[in-house]
Amino acid sequence: MAKIRGSIVVDAERCKGCEVCMVSCPTGTIAMAKEVNGKGYYYAYPANQELCIGCANCAMVCPDGVITVYKTKI
Amino acid sequence: MIEATGIKEIIKPENLVYRKTDIMTDNILSYCPGCGHGTAHRILAEIIDELGLQSETIGVSPVGCSVLLYNYLDVDIQEAAHGRAPAVATAIKRLLPDKFVFTYQGDGDLAAIGTAETIHACNRGENILIIFINNGIYGMTGGQMAPTTLEGMKSSTSPYGRDIKSMGNPLKMTDIVATLAGTYYVTRQSVHTPANVKKTKKAIRKAVQYQKLDKGTCFIEIVSNCPSGWKMTPTQSNKWMEETMFPFYPLGDLKVPEE
Repeated sequence: MAKIRGSIVVDAERCKGCEVCMVSCPTGTIAMAKEVNGKGYYYAYPANQELCIGCANCAMVCPDGVITVYKTKI
Repeated sequence: MIEATGIKEIIKPENLVYRKTDIMTDNILSYCPGCGHGTAHRILAEIIDELGLQSETIGVSPVGCSVLLYNYLDVDIQEAAHGRAPAVATAIKRLLPDKFVFTYQGDGDLAAIGTAETIHACNRGENILIIFINNGIYGMTGGQMAPTTLEGMKSSTSPYGRDIKSMGNPLKMTDIVATLAGTYYVTRQSVHTPANVKKTKKAIRKAVQYQKLDKGTCFIEIVSNCPSGWKMTPTQSNKWMEETMFPFYPLGDLKVPEE
């Protein structure tokens, strides 16, 4: 069975660390970084990147539109 | 350069599923973290992009947090005096009937100072789209009580909660508008979860397409959060909104066109 793998790119400098993406991720891929970006926010990043299925839920709810999503079949 | 990227082998143009539309500019939004305004802007921009209406769209921005709408959407935007966006949109639509005209207003703008303009524009059945962001508070000026503030809800001017006896009842603007003969499509949605974002996007797409039919005003209320005004974290505010706002402002269509 073909497995679907996804990957996200977070524009960390524009992320405001609201955690809405983290809550809406069905697989627990996203976590908040331990360090801050230029604005002082704990930005989102794909901590468990092998779990990502490319569903784009995170990008859909991101108020600042900082997430880009890629998906492929392996 | 901060690294926040997943598996590099998958990141190729042919695997792209989702990226921010170009109609949203690269300016950093001035809204607080977690504010529903950003999501509402983005889905509106996506609809304009998908339907190819960039050069035909004229927006009217309100007074409130979303006053800087012209910084974020790469379409023509006209600023209106406080609450007068439907009146300005009426003039634009009547002078340029081929354009798609929308207003984007908050509850302080649309339901308080602009009540008369809103009701009369809807009653006349002006062929415009009104997007109404309802967070039950005057967000920009520091969280004062608005007409839409719920009973018992705390704000900076009702620190012990809204008391119906002395402060009056909360106003359901969308329900009022739905009773008017001039409106064609009236709905209430939210943008706090992926499923709700999809539903709201569908509603906005329908409303934009109805404009071409010249049948009347389309009115979309988006129940939204205000983490700063409500003094909560974004995720707490979304949960509070589900528990407290939705029973009073139930989501769904209030008026759908007959087929």
